[in-house]
Amino acid sequence: MVAGQIRRAPVPRLVDSAGFRFAVFFAVMFLLGGVAFAGIVWWNTAGGLDRQTDAAIRADVAALVQRFRQAGREGVEEAIAFRLLRDGDAQDLYRLTDSTGRQIAGNLDATPDELDGPPPEGEPLRWLRAPLVREGSLTEARLYRADLPNGDRLIVGRDVEERLRLRELLGRGLGWAASASCLIALIGALLLRRALQSRLRPAAETVTSIAQGDLTQRVPLSGREDEFDRLGRALNAMLDRIGTLMAGVRGVSDAIAHDLRTPVARARGRLEEALDGDAETMRRAIETGLADLDGMTRIFQAVLRITEAEAGARRAAFAALDLTPLLADAAELYEVLAEARGAALAAELPEALPMTGDRDLLLQAVANLLDNAVKFSPAGSTIRLLAGVSEGSLRITVADEGPGLSPADRARAGERFFRADSARATPGYGLGLSLVRAVAGLHGGELVLEDTHPGAVPPGLSATLVLPADVAPAAEA
Amino acid sequence: MRILLVEDDPEVARFVRRGLTEAGHAVEHRDNGRDGLFAAAGEPFDLLVIDRMLPGGVDGLRLVETLRGQENRTPVLFLTALSSVDERVRGLKAGGDDYLTKPFAFAELLARVEALGRRPAAEVPATRLRVADLELDLLSRSVTRGGKRIDVQPREFRLLEHLMRHAGQVVTRTMLLEKVWDYHFDPQTNVIDVHVSRLRQKLDRGFDKPLIHTIRNAGYMIRAEDAA
Repeated sequence: MVAGQIRRAPVPRLVDSAGFRFAVFFAVMFLLGGVAFAGIVWWNTAGGLDRQTDAAIRADVAALVQRFRQAGREGVEEAIAFRLLRDGDAQDLYRLTDSTGRQIAGNLDATPDELDGPPPEGEPLRWLRAPLVREGSLTEARLYRADLPNGDRLIVGRDVEERLRLRELLGRGLGWAASASCLIALIGALLLRRALQSRLRPAAETVTSIAQGDLTQRVPLSGREDEFDRLGRALNAMLDRIGTLMAGVRGVSDAIAHDLRTPVARARGRLEEALDGDAETMRRAIETGLADLDGMTRIFQAVLRITEAEAGARRAAFAALDLTPLLADAAELYEVLAEARGAALAAELPEALPMTGDRDLLLQAVANLLDNAVKFSPAGSTIRLLAGVSEGSLRITVADEGPGLSPADRARAGERFFRADSARATPGYGLGLSLVRAVAGLHGGELVLEDTHPGAVPPGLSATLVLPADVAPAAEA
Repeated sequence: MRILLVEDDPEVARFVRRGLTEAGHAVEHRDNGRDGLFAAAGEPFDLLVIDRMLPGGVDGLRLVETLRGQENRTPVLFLTALSSVDERVRGLKAGGDDYLTKPFAFAELLARVEALGRRPAAEVPATRLRVADLELDLLSRSVTRGGKRIDVQPREFRLLEHLMRHAGQVVTRTMLLEKVWDYHFDPQTNVIDVHVSRLRQKLDRGFDKPLIHTIRNAGYMIRAEDAA
């Protein structure tokens, strides 16, 4: 189910696509900007022209009314004649009629119906935009009706044909601009969607192939350190983590498949054989069978501990601790063992080694190293347990004078169940170093294997746990 | 001792019950948490052996928490298939006194049961522990046997103290590692054996009767007479 959903992700249906939604959002915002721009231009130009015309008419009317007060009807007649004479581009329209409707002066031959009749109530009703036939051609006029105190009616107007033409030009220009904007918005939206998809596709494809089982895939990063790279990095970190956990699970199954089969087979064979034996044989078979079972339990326990450590699940048990007493305890535990085998254990520990970690696991790691060292130390040799802080990290070294490890074995040491050929004769499961390695990893450190005495024969093995130090002391221990 | 065993697996229960009965204890068995809680709260027991995971709605942790909430201080030993350290810490926090991971050797269980059952006696403040002619002075931290002073290292002193506090009882290797060294780990080899045998050498040098006895497939015991 999940795989199916993810597989669909690279080419989602249009409406489901976030890229599409972003693109639409982008286009709408772009177009809104265009509309706002056009609106402002329109209001300021076309609207401005209209307002200018109205203002001119209003001023004209006011002047003529004023004239009537000073010089009566004749004054107005004179003024109209004078204005018409002076009006070069024939834009002005006047009509003065007496109360019977007879034209007294002006160039407007008829009164439009809308401006006829008794004086209107409201100011807007005095205004009119009307088509007008002048000199054989149809134009448009803006007219205003004023009623003079003696009952005469004055109509003042302007031929707005020129302005209309201007307005039409402006409208056409804006129309073209709008079409261009739409086109640009569309192209921009498509480009945005393409960009989003092309940035998201690698991540989606990676996730898809991982869902299909290929855990080695990682999201490619563009190196631009942008949001997509951050997302990719987070995804990759998550994938690394999943990989580690998967490896842990694999480790457990390896353990079951590989190393538990052998003791199970051995125990089974022995018990089966004992079925035909006498009481004493049977008793011995049961005892070895129990020992085999205990061995299996220990392998299991060790594998689980490694897995736990590798999965980082034990970080909850971390606490501040001093390594020195812990190492002293370990040395004391294994010193006796070393002595019993004719070797010596010398510990050189600083006053204190504060760090944060899992006490039991750290002891287990050091114990595994000491146990190995004791196992491989010839009689009369010395095992050294050293600890100190250098270059900001805490180093715990267990160095022996045993046969050491060849470089090839060294690289493989720490793999689960790996046992060097030289170690076949000694007891063990091949889990010790992998646990040490896992514990080091859990604490953010590593295990370094070197020759104790490079060039010498035998070279000896020096295992160093390098852990990040909590507090860097002033003086090197 | 009167012991309540709460364990749902019939096979494990049968085997534990038989072993404890053979060791001389009276064992009551319940196979789910609810009945277990009912029995533990209603009757006096010297020790409770409780599985961590139980059917019946009340798991081991809840059972013990409930008992502790009722001021019931009966010692509790948890049996569990959950092995991680965190789980052990949780068990002890809930009020458990000891924790044993499955699979276990019966000897280990018996040793821990007896150690827990006798715990109150050990809490009586003593300044001196004595087994036969061996004497441990807890104040001066000195060891004498037959009046002769024996030099022991601090850890050996604690090892001996633990053995003597449980004189006549089996103490297993893991118990020693937990109680004397206070670590929970797998020492890979017989480290504890080497320590015990070194202590044994020090104690027995010049005396013909050994005091620390190895109990086969179990652990160690300190006692006056070599009864085995």
